[in-house]
Amino acid sequence: MEHYLSLFIKSIFIENLALSFFLGMCTFLAVSKKIETALGLGIAVVLVQMITVPANNLIYQFLLKDGALAWAGYPDVDLSFLGLISYIGVIAAMVQILEMAMDKFAPALYNALGIFLPLITVNCAILGGTLFMVERDYNLAESAVYGVGSGLGWAMAITAIAGIREKLKYSDVPDGLQGLGITFITAGLMALGFMAFSGIQL
Amino acid sequence: MASEIKSSVVDPLIDNNPITLQVLGVCSALAVTTNMMAALIMSIALTTVTAFSSAIISSIRNHIPSSIRIIVQMTIIASLVIVVDQLLKAYAYEASKQLSVFVGLIITNCIVLGRAEAYAMKNPPILSFFDGIGNGLGYSLILMVVAFFRELLGTGKLFGHTIIPVANEGGWYIPNGLMLLPPSAFFVIGLLIWLIRSLKKEQVEPADYQIHQVHRTEVL
Repeated sequence: MEHYLSLFIKSIFIENLALSFFLGMCTFLAVSKKIETALGLGIAVVLVQMITVPANNLIYQFLLKDGALAWAGYPDVDLSFLGLISYIGVIAAMVQILEMAMDKFAPALYNALGIFLPLITVNCAILGGTLFMVERDYNLAESAVYGVGSGLGWAMAITAIAGIREKLKYSDVPDGLQGLGITFITAGLMALGFMAFSGIQL
Repeated sequence: MASEIKSSVVDPLIDNNPITLQVLGVCSALAVTTNMMAALIMSIALTTVTAFSSAIISSIRNHIPSSIRIIVQMTIIASLVIVVDQLLKAYAYEASKQLSVFVGLIITNCIVLGRAEAYAMKNPPILSFFDGIGNGLGYSLILMVVAFFRELLGTGKLFGHTIIPVANEGGWYIPNGLMLLPPSAFFVIGLLIWLIRSLKKEQVEPADYQIHQVHRTEVL
């Protein structure tokens, strides 16, 4: 239990996808002007991450890994080179299914997230989470914890920067730095703040 | 034709740069720039993938139904990235280990999909190919500049060769450790954007909220 708890905390703070690995930066910088939209996108990322990381874990463990097809009578087959294309397929399909399921069962949430869901397919935080899961060879339970944790960490980071940017628009920024430039500097300072967590040993 | 090719290669370098103006492909620009070698390999990989995916997508653009175009584009891009990934693993294993997940993340690099969607779906294959090359080079330019400052100031080296002798090896330069850490990439790119926009005034974004200029007589 302790192991999962420390993995959870680690994936939220110490290995924050946005601020220590820079994943999902395009949306992080582009969709962070307002807190509400940032929060909506954050929730969508948590949902998708929660489903896709364990799903891809199953595919990796039982189909693609070296020797994983032993249960089907092919112990020598290594399909790991097909990883990237299967993961992105799973992510695209999951996003599509999630979109349809939410439309049916949670129309209010669907309307709130609407436009952000399709965007998530190309958010590198999602594929990045899956690739880190493969690289670190997590098992199913670990990957579920990691999926939720990394999604939450990303959601927290984008909400925080949206909050800062809402205040920042009232400040007197030099012309050339206006907009994108100052956002980069702000994100840099946030990443510097997040480095304070890196000394924690779990 | 020749002038169109030239402009589609040259424009994305500074005037319409994918990173500093279009805000595409920022993730890897920040993560792989601690040394120039990694940045160079990443640049080559991305430019190749963008050029070929644009050319392929453009050549079948009239046959892709628009409702499933994202999936089709993703499949083409993912196949190309797998080829690049396998080539790197075979011939440059060290580099591929160092780049870790970021080679795979070329799939979701917004430059590739962005150019496919915005340019290749509307233009013929040869032009799309050069548009891909141009945007890849624009990305590479930023990557190399950022990596140059980070590696030089962080370790005193360029491509692994000592340029400035560092203090603990008997030289005079005390390396700035911050440059090797992730946040410095944000600062370097932020300052680079400032530099480019000071030189190219037309890229400056208008302020969301204009601070009212108060004249001294109004206060009194």
